[in-house]
Amino acid sequence: MGGYAEVRICFTILSLLFFYIVSAKTILVGPTHVCKKITAALNIASAGDTILVEAGVYKEQNLVINKSIVLKGINFPVLDGEKKYQIISIKADAVVVDGFKIVHSGISSLEDLSGIKIYGNRDVVIKNNKLEDTFFGIFTENVLNCTIENNQLTAFSKEEQQSGNGIHCWKSDSMRIIGNTITGHRDGIYFEFVKNSVIWRNTSKDNIRYGLHFMFSNDDSYICNIFSNNGSGVSVMFSNRIKMFNNFFEENWGDASHGILLKEISDGYMQGNYFAKNTSAIFMEGASRIFMKYNTFENNGWALKIQASCMDVVLEKNNFIGNTFDVGTNGSLMQNTINNNYWDKYVGYDLNKDNIGDIPYRPVSMYSMIVEKYPSAMILFRSFITSLLDKTEKIIPSLTPENLKDNRPMMKKAF
Amino acid sequence: MKKIIKYVTWDILRNKIVLVYTVILLITSLSVFGLEDNATKGLLSLLNIILLIIPLVCIIFSTIYIYNSNEFIELLVSQPLKRKTIWLSLYTGLAVSLSLSFFVGAGIPLLIYHPNILGLLMCVVGVSLSIIFVGIAMLAAVKTRDKAKGIGVVILLWLYFSLLFDGLVLFLLFQFADYPLEKPMIAISALNPIDLGRVLIMLQMDVAAMLGYTGAVLKEFFGSTKGIIFAFIVLLFWIAMPLFLSLRKFKSKDL
Repeated sequence: MGGYAEVRICFTILSLLFFYIVSAKTILVGPTHVCKKITAALNIASAGDTILVEAGVYKEQNLVINKSIVLKGINFPVLDGEKKYQIISIKADAVVVDGFKIVHSGISSLEDLSGIKIYGNRDVVIKNNKLEDTFFGIFTENVLNCTIENNQLTAFSKEEQQSGNGIHCWKSDSMRIIGNTITGHRDGIYFEFVKNSVIWRNTSKDNIRYGLHFMFSNDDSYICNIFSNNGSGVSVMFSNRIKMFNNFFEENWGDASHGILLKEISDGYMQGNYFAKNTSAIFMEGASRIFMKYNTFENNGWALKIQASCMDVVLEKNNFIGNTFDVGTNGSLMQNTINNNYWDKYVGYDLNKDNIGDIPYRPVSMYSMIVEKYPSAMILFRSFITSLLDKTEKIIPSLTPENLKDNRPMMKKAF
Repeated sequence: MKKIIKYVTWDILRNKIVLVYTVILLITSLSVFGLEDNATKGLLSLLNIILLIIPLVCIIFSTIYIYNSNEFIELLVSQPLKRKTIWLSLYTGLAVSLSLSFFVGAGIPLLIYHPNILGLLMCVVGVSLSIIFVGIAMLAAVKTRDKAKGIGVVILLWLYFSLLFDGLVLFLLFQFADYPLEKPMIAISALNPIDLGRVLIMLQMDVAAMLGYTGAVLKEFFGSTKGIIFAFIVLLFWIAMPLFLSLRKFKSKDL
């Protein structure tokens, strides 16, 4: 008898599901259909419907989606903002926008006109879109549990004022930013008051200001992203408990440019990141309790600029290869732990063959202290006198911080 | 003139010291490129050789050579030859042979391992420094009659160009730290051929670090065609000036 009851329940559920499926309509939009415009389709749609848009150019002015629908483009229909309007405004939960080419939004710093903007909703999915020449690309405010996936965002402005951010999240929670490519915007990805979110497999390059800009955002992680050739690299400020894994930071050049700037950060964790060809790979100011392990620093001007205001930063098992200066600092106070790293400039010996150098390595050279204080001294770089100064300083440290040293430097690469 | 140049060049190239110099350079450059897994480190070692060893060897060897060929010079002067011809041939002989040994010893390995603009630049700087320091040595040798004093003077000169000058620059930097010194620094670097060569090479080598503000100023200047032409004119001036002064002195010198 019990079996029969179960079958009945199953049947009921199935039929309910079936009812649900048939009740959700699919509305076609295109030049040959009844609905020529997406707005018209939206008017007749109800929650749960799918609107399929065929290829073509649609000038909808501001397309406001206020029903929980799926908006799907076939072969990338173009939504044109005519350089006047915001293109899509999402004002309902669980909306899906998939497969559109969104071009030419208006420019307004007052209203932050965007390609796609989500206003205080949850469970919205924005995926597989191409955004070109938009002021802000995808803008979220007060949203929860949204996914922004596989979008390509390209902007062409040359000036910061004329350009908005690629993916801009404000006061959001549990966001997933996955596999997007962002170029030419002001900041590639911008996070302010965003928590419990993940930024994964994005490429952010050639942006005017930062590749990634983080403010007051706690408990976020970013994993396997590429940040290259951005105006000032990546900047992470005033945030706690940030995790960074396996990211690439490359070719961020300029005096005020950093692979990554860590300002007022605490309890961060960085592992497996790769820093190459940056003016300074990591610049730390007021950072505390940062744990760095298995990172690679290659061919940077400065691998690490660590200001005296940092404390309890732990550097372990990182590789420092071919950097002009390994570590630069601005004071003599040093409350950080540096252990078991590989430094290619280390010239010590290892008598007991345990692969750990017997004498400590001092990564801060006298000359890097001088350059920090008198930048014009850069002209004496690689001259005989500066190497002589470095050598004397190594024997009798007076200017460089006494306890900034790696007591157990590795003889071979740390990993 | 051709005959004297040929004779002097041949005489120097047969000289065991120059042979040893060439072989040592060759071994060093091959080993720095072959042993280091890191290409930049090899280049750095070679840069130190170019900036320190080459001027030292050139300046001391040329001085001693001039002093030792005193009798030969006297013999030549007694012949119907212009003093200018004699001096220029001696200079050419020394410059050609020492540049040649630099080129064989360090230039060829450099071009083999780094066939790019940086390798070429290091070659050019090395050859120019060789020629410049031959000229400086000849000026010092013609100015001082005493051999011991002359050698002392050239060692001091070498020390000045490779170490003391930079010390002075550092001192200046500290004293005038409050002023924008980037542009005057370009002018100051022209006062020392070793510094000029170093800055030229460094700008190609440490691009990332050099893009700080000072680096940007230097890069803007020395990276432009104007800057490169300026640098080479300054190097040519450094070749020509000691030679001209020594020639003037030699013409009227009482041997």
